[in-house]
Amino acid sequence: MGLFIAQILTGLANAGALFMVASGLSLIFGVTRVVNFAHGSFYMLGAYVGYSLMQVLPGMVGFWGAILLAGIIVGLIGVIVEICVLRPVYSAPELFQLVATFGVILVIQDLVLMIWGPQDLLGPRAPGLKGVIRIMGEPVPQYDIALIVITPFVAFALWYLITKTRVGTLVRAATQDREMVSALGVNQAWLFTGVFFLGCALAGLGGALQLPKGGADLLMDFTILGSVFVVVVIGGMGSLPGAYLAAVIISVLNVFGVTYAPQSTLVLMFVVMVVVLMFRPFGLLGKEEVAGEHGQVGEPERPIKPAGNRIRLLVAAGLVILGLLPLYSGNFAVVLVTDILIFCLFAASLHFMLGQGGLVSFGHAAFFGGGAYAAALFVTYADTPMELALVLAPICAGLAAIIIGWVCLRSTGVYFAMLTLAFGQLLWSLAFQWGDVTGGDDGLVNIWPSDWASDNSVYYYIAFFLCTGGILLLRQAAHAPFGYAMRAARDSARQAEAMGINTKRVQLVAFTFAGIMAGLAGGLFVFSKGSIFPNELETARSFDALIVVFLGGVKTLSGGWVGAAFFEGIKDYLTRFEYWRLALGLSIIIVVILGPEGIVGSLRKAGERFGLLKVPEDAK
Amino acid sequence: MSPILSVRNLSRSFGAIKAVDDVSFDLAKGELLALIGPNGAGKSTCFNMLMGQLKPSSGTVQLLGKNIAGMQPRKIWRMGVGRTFQITATYASMTVVENVQMALMSFHRKLYSLTTFAHTLYRDEALSLLDTVGMVDQAERHCAVLAYGDLKRLELAVALAHDPILLLMDEPTAGMAPRERIALMQLTADILDAKGVSVLFTEHDMDVVFSHAHRIMVLNRGQLIANGSVDEIRNNPQVQEVYLGGGTLFNAVQEDAHA
Repeated sequence: MGLFIAQILTGLANAGALFMVASGLSLIFGVTRVVNFAHGSFYMLGAYVGYSLMQVLPGMVGFWGAILLAGIIVGLIGVIVEICVLRPVYSAPELFQLVATFGVILVIQDLVLMIWGPQDLLGPRAPGLKGVIRIMGEPVPQYDIALIVITPFVAFALWYLITKTRVGTLVRAATQDREMVSALGVNQAWLFTGVFFLGCALAGLGGALQLPKGGADLLMDFTILGSVFVVVVIGGMGSLPGAYLAAVIISVLNVFGVTYAPQSTLVLMFVVMVVVLMFRPFGLLGKEEVAGEHGQVGEPERPIKPAGNRIRLLVAAGLVILGLLPLYSGNFAVVLVTDILIFCLFAASLHFMLGQGGLVSFGHAAFFGGGAYAAALFVTYADTPMELALVLAPICAGLAAIIIGWVCLRSTGVYFAMLTLAFGQLLWSLAFQWGDVTGGDDGLVNIWPSDWASDNSVYYYIAFFLCTGGILLLRQAAHAPFGYAMRAARDSARQAEAMGINTKRVQLVAFTFAGIMAGLAGGLFVFSKGSIFPNELETARSFDALIVVFLGGVKTLSGGWVGAAFFEGIKDYLTRFEYWRLALGLSIIIVVILGPEGIVGSLRKAGERFGLLKVPEDAK
Repeated sequence: MSPILSVRNLSRSFGAIKAVDDVSFDLAKGELLALIGPNGAGKSTCFNMLMGQLKPSSGTVQLLGKNIAGMQPRKIWRMGVGRTFQITATYASMTVVENVQMALMSFHRKLYSLTTFAHTLYRDEALSLLDTVGMVDQAERHCAVLAYGDLKRLELAVALAHDPILLLMDEPTAGMAPRERIALMQLTADILDAKGVSVLFTEHDMDVVFSHAHRIMVLNRGQLIANGSVDEIRNNPQVQEVYLGGGTLFNAVQEDAHA
């Protein structure tokens, strides 16, 4: 009994930081409609800034003062980010803001590395609260008790601010209809900035508060992000009480999970989320998010036409040049281009469902990594030959996509995106924690191609045919009635349903198709590397694909593979630098601000301006 | 002759509010039936139930003798009911003709085909539909840049694509200029007459209603208070009372329209 209570208390204490980060994210999304991916980074910053402040500020006052100051400083950093990065892109499609915040993650990661170095920092203990108190014989840290007491106060203060003050009224009004609020004379820009300050300050506060418990390290941004999304989704986007409730549920569950089922702590969290969403698709206390029929901001997407003969000839010539690569170049180029081709197929599969179907998945790596793991597991445990494994990989990924898609497509918009992210994390945690089968962190190794294909050039041909074939198939699908049905469901689900199109089924088929193609890419990947590790299932991997799709150009047909080829190509060069994340992050932000049409879109624009391409009558 | 559409005791409550209260009516083949009423009378709720967007609390909706109440919109469409929206719903990323082709592809159950090129499918059929609504010269235009009146006409062509027996039009002329309204409704009436399609429509513009409807139903506070010919409705004191608070504005409007 004592242990039980002690565990509940620990869970409640852990809920504090989680709640603060989640409520900040929820608040920012509610008002600005930006899903701030960098929120975990602000949390990490809070921990690092708090740590440094605690080094200089002495005693009890210094400790708590440092925490408060850390919150304020992180809030101010948030303001800088909002003004420099987000303000220029508020009018761009919502997803561009996502990509911009992802650029911020990379920049902050490298800045923290630069300033504080790579080693993990051990948080100082709170002065005066270093001991434990015994509750029914079980030791409970005094600091935990302090956190349990503090959190409701923060929650209450927030609730008061939002529901009882004028600022709160404005925030709530903006959450419902921001055009109206600005039409009523409220300075929307500063309201956004203010909310961003508050949200980031909360994240910073959360990061600093958990210092005595968890310290500070460079991975904490992504670690918390998954949990925060789960909390926000379970609690209901935009609901503070929901965020608190969900944070408590998840934290308590984690503590019990560690004791009774240490192999499944991470998995458990996502299972709970899925169960909650099965019954309440918008979270425990959330309301339906109306994405709005005018979801498409910016220039409307142009109608598509299959390529003419000239383009087809050009593509054929390009394919021949690419196909003959092993004849005129060295081993290095062959291996590099194999990697590029595989990544192109992966990105093209995401681009297909995102571009044609409007389905923004944050967890597409689940199918890439899933296909790779499926192939690797078959090889390891059933001695499956490569040829069969390459068939099984897309099949397994497709089956996973049917199940995951079926659950995720019950929701729409940002809930859908978060659900896919959560499922991605679920598969990752399965691979990571189920060490007996998947090898855990050590991955699965010795997954080599069959003897006849073991030569790099031969394997290159396998990858070449399957990847270009896959990409061409995806492209054909876009021009086929199925691609049109996807666009119909995306452009106006209302009209589509009213003309007999089962939009959910179309979307599920699209999701599955994309999953199959990603799985094929994953299968090819594992045999080209000879091994597979959980990081291929990571959220960061999903984001890689998402970013190249955006930078390649969402509203174009070739954006996916062009973006992938470009970035996989320069990555090899870029990663030789120490602070390549900083450079990549900054360039992502710059591209988002300056060239929101992506590479293909910008090239097309340029081509039309200089008269190389014909401008459609209606685009003038 | 048995009616195309037969609605019996249709009701829908939201909490304690009875938005639609025990509504019954029939719609004959080839009839152009208008459903009018002041704002908040329950027209949209009624329409949404007929179209499958909303489940009725009670009552039946029979289409050619088959109950369609509570069916999903796409199933109702497959049974031969077309619809247009109050606020136009078209596919902004497609051309005008592709919007119509989409409906035809759905009708011919070609949605999951991967091997054909969509832009060549049923193109001639789509063009001839566009021709009936006078949009054929704009067939290749990008839907996102069309004028609102043209979007309305496009929507009409889309709604006719599967040769419906019944067309449900929710405020077909909302948001259009007065001259355009009459023209569009005239076009609609002509087409439907030629094809023998029955129509139920809601409308706020009394010019349109009185000059085109064969019969008019008046809804107020969820209840049908009148159901009759144009003249009957125009001279019905109860209708004038709830709709306009008395006066002879209908006649004045009527004269205006002919001026």
